[in-house]
Amino acid sequence: MTDFSTKTKEKMPVLKLDNLSVAYKVRGGEVEAVQDVSFEIHRGEAVGVVGESGCGKSTVAWAVVNFLTSNGYVKRGSITFQGQDLVNQSSEALRRLRGDQIAMVYQDPMKALNPSMRIGDQMKEVLTVHKGLKPAEAEERCIEMLNRVYMPDPTDVLRRFPHQLSGGQQQRVVIAMSLLNNPALLIMDEPTTALDVTVEAAVLDLISDLRKEFDTAIMYISHNLGVISRVCSKVAVMYAGKMAEFAEVEDIFRSPKHPYTQGLIRAIPKLGEDKLSSRLYPIQGRVPAPNRRPEGCVYHPRCDYAQSLCRNKKPEFRLLDNKTWVRCHFAEDIDPSEWEPDDTEIVEKTEVDDETILSVDNLKTYYEVQGSSLRDMLKLNPPKYVKAVEDASFEVKRGRTLGVVGESGCGKSTLIKTLIGLEKMTDGDASFMGLEITEPLSHRRGEVLKELQMVFQNPDSTMNPSYTVGQQIARPMRKFGVVPKGDVKKEVIKLLKSMRMGENYYDRFPHQLSGGEKQRVGIARALATYPDLLLCDEPVSALDVSVQAAILNLLLLIQNKYGTTMLFIAHDLSVVRYFSDEIMVMYLGQVMEKGPSEAIYSPPFHPYTEALLSAVPVIDPNAQQKRIRLEGNVPSAIDPPTGCRFHTRCPRRKLMPDGGDACVTQIPPWQDMGNGHHIFCHLPEETLRSFEPVITIKE
Amino acid sequence: MVSQQMVTKKRTRSARFDRVWNNLRMVFNSRIATIGLLMVLFWIVLGLVSLFWTPFDPNASNFVQNLNPNGTNILGTDHLGRDIFSRLMQGTQVILLKTRLPNGGIIPGGVAIWGVFGSLLVGTFLGLNAGYRGGWYDQIIMQILDALIAFPVIVLYLVVIAALGRGDVVVILAITVTGAPGVARLARGLALDIRTRDYIRAAETRGESPWYIMFKEILPNVFSPLFVDAMLRVGYAIFMIGTLGFLGIGLPPPDPDWGNMVNEARKNIFSNPVAVIWPAISIASLVIGLNLFADGLREEITRYQK
Repeated sequence: MTDFSTKTKEKMPVLKLDNLSVAYKVRGGEVEAVQDVSFEIHRGEAVGVVGESGCGKSTVAWAVVNFLTSNGYVKRGSITFQGQDLVNQSSEALRRLRGDQIAMVYQDPMKALNPSMRIGDQMKEVLTVHKGLKPAEAEERCIEMLNRVYMPDPTDVLRRFPHQLSGGQQQRVVIAMSLLNNPALLIMDEPTTALDVTVEAAVLDLISDLRKEFDTAIMYISHNLGVISRVCSKVAVMYAGKMAEFAEVEDIFRSPKHPYTQGLIRAIPKLGEDKLSSRLYPIQGRVPAPNRRPEGCVYHPRCDYAQSLCRNKKPEFRLLDNKTWVRCHFAEDIDPSEWEPDDTEIVEKTEVDDETILSVDNLKTYYEVQGSSLRDMLKLNPPKYVKAVEDASFEVKRGRTLGVVGESGCGKSTLIKTLIGLEKMTDGDASFMGLEITEPLSHRRGEVLKELQMVFQNPDSTMNPSYTVGQQIARPMRKFGVVPKGDVKKEVIKLLKSMRMGENYYDRFPHQLSGGEKQRVGIARALATYPDLLLCDEPVSALDVSVQAAILNLLLLIQNKYGTTMLFIAHDLSVVRYFSDEIMVMYLGQVMEKGPSEAIYSPPFHPYTEALLSAVPVIDPNAQQKRIRLEGNVPSAIDPPTGCRFHTRCPRRKLMPDGGDACVTQIPPWQDMGNGHHIFCHLPEETLRSFEPVITIKE
Repeated sequence: MVSQQMVTKKRTRSARFDRVWNNLRMVFNSRIATIGLLMVLFWIVLGLVSLFWTPFDPNASNFVQNLNPNGTNILGTDHLGRDIFSRLMQGTQVILLKTRLPNGGIIPGGVAIWGVFGSLLVGTFLGLNAGYRGGWYDQIIMQILDALIAFPVIVLYLVVIAALGRGDVVVILAITVTGAPGVARLARGLALDIRTRDYIRAAETRGESPWYIMFKEILPNVFSPLFVDAMLRVGYAIFMIGTLGFLGIGLPPPDPDWGNMVNEARKNIFSNPVAVIWPAISIASLVIGLNLFADGLREEITRYQK
């Protein structure tokens, strides 16, 4: 296992991992979190490490920079960095090396920056400490570097504190900081996961530019295949601490060899697919804990092709067709195009009866913000409001799904919290099955409460840790008297079964469940009263892709079975497209576009929707994506821009006949594009219709 | 043998029983908690024994005054010729095992236990209300409690005792009043965190009353930190009972009071220096035992939460 480069390079690799195994000492023994990982990264190359959570991706990175916690150590194998062995170095030597030549970028930029130091001081420190530069020289270098990461107005940024920058800018600063020493190796651990999709797109562009420009070797860790495909040249797929597959990015997506890689790709909705034309295929089971890995091939319990050999013999990591390294006994025999799912039910188009179940008219939700000055405290200044939702109007028909998309801070969560009564409605009308739902929760009648339920985002906080699964699902049934008292347990078990969970889950506590299972219980609890309208607040965004697919399928099944209407929030545009019948795009509290989902994703579209779509990472190697990047930051919702709220960042404003003056001064009209598709924009209909599709598939 | 039995039993019992058993096992996992528990158990056993038997009558002057430890009186005698060991044994009762009511009745559970239980009840109630409801509730409750905390504890005791006179129930009340603000603070802090969880949102969206949410949804999840805190508080309470006894305003006679024993022995410290040490050691060992138990428990709980 020596030569991993498919094209033979004479140069020495920057980083070479050889049969690396990392173990953690725990009570009663130790667990090997990472086993036999081997790959190389050369200069100017970006290797993506991808896999579900708990597969050991981060542990590999930590082992390289020696950030393992005190109970972790490299058990076997070697880490070679520019010819030097890293495993047996003294910690002092490692420290010097890390500062000089290895840099790391983490998921949360706010945690990487010192909140009490100005950006300039933090950045200069890197140069004055490691390189011994004079402060003036250092400042010059910092400005230069900020310019190279496309940071607008770098001199000003240097004087600011981290909290005065947006998330995307913070991450740019962190990246600039990590590049100041011109490191030979840059390790990025989910650097865009905490960012919005448009910001993520810009940061990803930046990373791929930097790779070419600086000739740095990059190790890029992510759970998102789309992101990996955009920045990396090679991909290592990890499963349960081992590498399942390693190949060029093209090969991974065009012809994945390992059943796990194939499963991952099948589990992700492609942008443009919907529930009528296609289905998501979750991978059965879940990633085993490091101390419970099965005998033989670690993937065999979840593999559709498993045979007796897989159960008994560990497969070797071997080279296939001279281009793909794969850890599977039967890699050459498996043809993914012949793969057949166990059950091929495709959701049938539900009969649309035209009953409007929810209608919202000019809904406004404002929060009062408390200023910190003395005048504010004495209430001498006029109160300020965060205009979280402004004039939202829409209707939802029975049995249909309305998807709401937008970046963080666009008001989508506030919107559904207002509908369910957790937030107070400032103005406007909302009626649900003919009943007013403008008042807060405590004033609502039982029948409204019963018919309006919510599914939450975070699986770890959706269940009360003190009660069993059964108790938590039974509570709403008892409270609303859904079934007679004696039948509650039977009904709960019935519901659990329709969630694809067995009767044995009834007595389990939340800490005994995985994230996906907790989310199922959360859904079951919301469904316990058989509500007419289910509000889903990002129900799948905290889950791994294979589990996400299962939960989405489950929700579809429920909708088919009970005819539940759904309001579905997500920031992942492919998921929303797949799941919804109708879609509403929000920006800064304002609805920008609404209509049938197929109409939203193809022209004509609102300029903001267009920008969102062009930012989505796509994994289809044949797809060609338009590149539109938004300038600047999302403005404050306390003092939103006049006229069209999007005008400050709109890339299409210059297409206006009057040069865009109307966008600043006048509130845009709702333009009817036909078929229930409405766009909130000043641009003439012909211009909107003339936009080209964002994604084109080349044959 | 015992563990074998437990295992077979465990299989047949419900999930809740498993949890109780797990919690018990957790205590023995920690050496510190085990040592603490043993120290506390030592005094509980001595107290239980003293209910039926003490070496000598603790209140009778049977011996020569101010004896050093000897074969008959293993810890010596005090200034009235009473056996110190017997008095210490009986002194455990009022602290941990029994409370004398004003009407002459006796209820199980000592003054320290009831006092802490009282501050737990009041403190948790106020703290959950302040933490979950927020706003004006929070402001008013916390301002009043802060004012109470700002008051020196001893003065507060004196006020309560001056108003109501001496008696076990008064000491319980005093412990409750001084302990409640601390418990409330803790409960409020925990409730502030937990009320942001989604399961609280879920309860609200199905129209549960604030009482249901506070006591059914939040309370079970704040219980273990409150319990650990209560263990520490029993220690403080014993300290306070000792202090009050030392000042002569603690638990009323005839039962011996450790703090009072220290005070009386102090007056005769030149003729009988060791008599001061025994009650002091008793107080210290019981308090340290409770502290160790609480510390060990907290460590184990946080480890399990990870």
